[in-house]
Amino acid sequence: MIQIKAKLIKNIEVAPNYYKMVLDAPAIACAAKPGQFVNILAGDKFEPLLRRPFSIYNVNDSKLEILYRVVGKATELFSKKKPGEKLNVLGPLGNGFDLKTKKAKILLVGGGIGIAPLVFLAEKLTGKEILALIGAKNKKHILCVDELKDAGAQVKIATDDGGIGFKGSVTDLLKQSVRPKDKIGVIFACGPKPMLKEVAYIAKKHKIEARLSLEEHMACGIGACFGCVVNTTRGYKRVCKEGPVFDAREVIF
Amino acid sequence: MKPDLSVKIGKLKLKNPVMVASGTFGYAEEFSSLMDLKKLGAIVTKTITLKPRKGNPPPRTVETAAGMLNAIGLENPGIKVFIKDKLPFLKKIGVPIIVSISADNDSEFVELAKILNKTNGVSAIELNLSCPNLGTSRMVSQLDKATYRVVRAVRAATKLTLITKLTPNVTDIGLIARAATAADTDAISLVNTFLAMAVDKDSRRPKLANVTGGLSGPAIKPIALRMVWEVSRTVYVPVIGMGGIMNTEDAMEFIVAGATAVAVGTGSFVNPSASIEIVDGIKRYLQAQKIKDIEDLIGSIKC
Ligand SMILES: Cc1cc2nc3c(=O)[nH]c(=O)nc-3n(C[C@H](O)[C@H](O)[C@H](O)COP(=O)(O)OP(=O)(O)OC[C@H]3O[C@@H](n4cnc5c(N)ncnc54)[C@H](O)[C@@H]3O)c2cc1C
Ligand SMILES: Cc1cc2nc3c(=O)[nH]c(=O)nc-3n(C[C@H](O)[C@H](O)[C@H](O)COP(=O)(O)O)c2cc1C
Ligand code: FES
Repeated sequence: MIQIKAKLIKNIEVAPNYYKMVLDAPAIACAAKPGQFVNILAGDKFEPLLRRPFSIYNVNDSKLEILYRVVGKATELFSKKKPGEKLNVLGPLGNGFDLKTKKAKILLVGGGIGIAPLVFLAEKLTGKEILALIGAKNKKHILCVDELKDAGAQVKIATDDGGIGFKGSVTDLLKQSVRPKDKIGVIFACGPKPMLKEVAYIAKKHKIEARLSLEEHMACGIGACFGCVVNTTRGYKRVCKEGPVFDAREVIF
Repeated sequence: MKPDLSVKIGKLKLKNPVMVASGTFGYAEEFSSLMDLKKLGAIVTKTITLKPRKGNPPPRTVETAAGMLNAIGLENPGIKVFIKDKLPFLKKIGVPIIVSISADNDSEFVELAKILNKTNGVSAIELNLSCPNLGTSRMVSQLDKATYRVVRAVRAATKLTLITKLTPNVTDIGLIARAATAADTDAISLVNTFLAMAVDKDSRRPKLANVTGGLSGPAIKPIALRMVWEVSRTVYVPVIGMGGIMNTEDAMEFIVAGATAVAVGTGSFVNPSASIEIVDGIKRYLQAQKIKDIEDLIGSIKC
């Protein structure tokens, strides 16, 4: 874990309100594992005050990529940054996904911006049969299909309006996609809490192991403030330190 | 010229006046790969209680204008596990370790102090008196008599340097500070966080699960400065000032206002190495101003 001033190389809108930024951050990029995140400072005038956590979307040699959705003060500021500007980045943080699986078949489930850590994950799950289920509001907000395919994954899409792919939620698509004869090794999922709760329920019902990437408001991102806890069967655990990835069986929703 | 940055807090000599505030630096381990911990004047641990505490349900933090609210609820593993699992690392750093303690009643405070008194590697105790006073809805450090009672009891139980940390949520901070010095505290530290609240107008819910929390960060600095100034001219013991210190300028303001030492809290979340950058910053300032001894600056405010 290190703190660096990283040069912004690229910052482009990839879908309405969704941006991808590329940072020159060799030391973080080479240490990064799928499912880990970085904590980035948006301003230098203490407004907004705290860093903001973002999943590592991908790494490319010395470059670190972030996929983000503009929702408030910090992400708005990020979207206005120009190549050449420097950003204060802390990372890589958190545990990341455990890549070990006994069986070859893997399911990835991403809801909305929760897709962010799944491309890097798919790339590292070599020699596995991957089915990626991605869900979004509408066609415009479906991201990363090509990237997931390039990583060797088969991709299925769910949209709320049915404009493309399955009409309904990504968890309804998941219910359809887990057939008992498939012998799925692990479900990896990232997305909003209600979605993760549903994934945990489906996984439990089918006795499949699920690894969920959770979110909580963070102040420090490095395990110092105990502000980002989630309730688990082992008591409160810090999302930034013991997480963000947790075994679905231990999370108490 | 090499300026003298050392200060004394009770029996404790600090090589510089910059410490990290309780609850904002974990048990220091978390920061070890990001900075040189040896450069710190002292480390104050997260508040420890006798028994483990689970803490409050999430969400526990929320950002507000130039600040943040927290309601962690003193989650900690208890004194036994602290001594076994956390203290060994802290001891090895080689800077004074100040253990912050809190309790639900006087006898627990005394028991904690007795345990720490015979524990190798503990340099001082900081009493976090922002805990409820026995069966009332007030915090101990909101009441002068309760403050006196707890400090007195702990003072009798330990030879270690004793620092009393006060809540700013009072009408007369000087009154509480005098109660602590009357009970022979070696130093006063302030401010703890300001009771505050954040509301989501759409869901019509408080943003913290605990409903209220403590405000910290740059937003509180002017009030913290006023309180540090007021207390330092009221009592004879050293004052450790904190509240919104983010950089060297902020730290210098507290020292000029009367703080013998300062602590960085929320600032460490924004910049993990803020505290040691402040040590270097103060050194540079003294050199530039040709001031030989930090003591010449403490409380030098002209008013
Ligand atoms: C481990 C982790 C990884 C993350 N990865 C990504 C990522 O790859 N891409 C991405 O776009 N976002 C990601 N997030 C969420 C991102 O951190 C928040 O969207 C960001 O902090 C919002 O900052 P802001 O100042 O723009 O919004 P604010 O002004 O702080 O908030 C605006 C609104 O967004 C809500 N909000 C703020 N933070 C969150 C959150 N964590 N979850 C849900 N709602 C929130 C607030 O309640 C508020 O209503 C991640 C969060 C965590 C904890
Ligand atoms: C997340 C968080 C946790 C804290 N925990 C404690 C604690 O356990 N004990 C304590 O005495 N003060 C605690 N504090 C208060 C700080 O030590 C400090 O007094 C206060 O935050 C003001 O300083 P700042 O504005 O620099 O943060 C905490 C503050 C924060 C932000
Ligand atoms: S954000 Fe501080 S402990 Fe996780």
